[in-house]
Amino acid sequence: MWQAIYEELRDDGLEIIAVAFDTAGKAAVEAKIRAADIAERPEVLARLMGWSPELWTKQAPPTYPCLIDENHLVGELYGMVNVPQGVWIDEDGRIVRPPESAGTADMAKHMNRETFEIPDEVAEYGMAVRNTYVDALRDWVKNGAASPAVLSSEEVKARMRGPAEGDVLAAVHVRVGRYLFNAGQLDGAKQHLSEASRLCPDKWHYRRQSNMLDADSIGELNGGPEFWAAVDALGDEPYYPVADFSHA
Amino acid sequence: MSEITILYGERERSGVSARPVGAQLWLSPADLHLATGWKLETEGLCKGDACVRVDASWLNDAGEIDLAAFATHLGQPVVEDKTHGIWAFGESVNARREALFSHQAPDFSLPDLDGKIHALSDYRGKKVFLHSWGSY
Repeated sequence: MWQAIYEELRDDGLEIIAVAFDTAGKAAVEAKIRAADIAERPEVLARLMGWSPELWTKQAPPTYPCLIDENHLVGELYGMVNVPQGVWIDEDGRIVRPPESAGTADMAKHMNRETFEIPDEVAEYGMAVRNTYVDALRDWVKNGAASPAVLSSEEVKARMRGPAEGDVLAAVHVRVGRYLFNAGQLDGAKQHLSEASRLCPDKWHYRRQSNMLDADSIGELNGGPEFWAAVDALGDEPYYPVADFSHA
Repeated sequence: MSEITILYGERERSGVSARPVGAQLWLSPADLHLATGWKLETEGLCKGDACVRVDASWLNDAGEIDLAAFATHLGQPVVEDKTHGIWAFGESVNARREALFSHQAPDFSLPDLDGKIHALSDYRGKKVFLHSWGSY
């Protein structure tokens, strides 16, 4: 879904690298990368993910690299807590914005749990959040280090979620889960993903992945009762904090 | 002796002869080398430029090495799955923390849909928007 932004900004020096955290690998992600999914529920998805009606109509299959990360390794390396999250890395390989929600707003609580539809005011709010994020991205691409969206290295470090013992242990469980999944041991795979989620309850991609490894759920959106129960358990806590540009 | 699978970082080796004893995992130096890349030398256990002095408690009279104790010494997390005969070893908190808080974004190499490998460092010289997602 970032293809329209890529086409706008790549000549100014932006590369997009998409990384799919999917234990089931290519089987889970191929249909989504090759875009049939966008046509399936266009209205619903445009309201959940689009920047503007005009940009939405320009959606096309990505020409930027779409990588497959069966071990959720990039999530471990960068301390990510959900998908989608974005990281900005400059020409010298320095992180100038650490993992944060990549323009997504906290809409899960307002969603119809069958159709994923959201009320108008939530759709408008979500679009405003996404546009704030993309405008900041445009500003960084054009102005580089002078962009107000670029954080100091101290601020980058302060915002980063550094690893603890539970994180590295959970990552090993994800690794074992992927091994067992590839070996056809589905129950064992799910047990290890669930254990990873138990060790790191704030890492939503582990929880969401562990719910979605059965043959009939691979590649599907996570709308199962386990997911909604976890969202409900948050109470007033945000499911997904919005990217913070307030320092700018 | 039993045959187990060892997952050591990205390495994956099944049919390894090993002797699990409680939390210990005893291997011959040759099997240790095949499964982990660590080789027993006169200086200690060595891999690349790194050598770690061998603690007497990791080495028994039969010349076997306790991989679980060695990994724990390095701060590596260890997971044993008894049902499936798997021992798995990850990266230490310190290694991950150093990589994350260094001046360079942690590098990785992953395949695209066609199996072509891309490394983050291939894109040095451009601004990179690294975007994670999942199908679920």
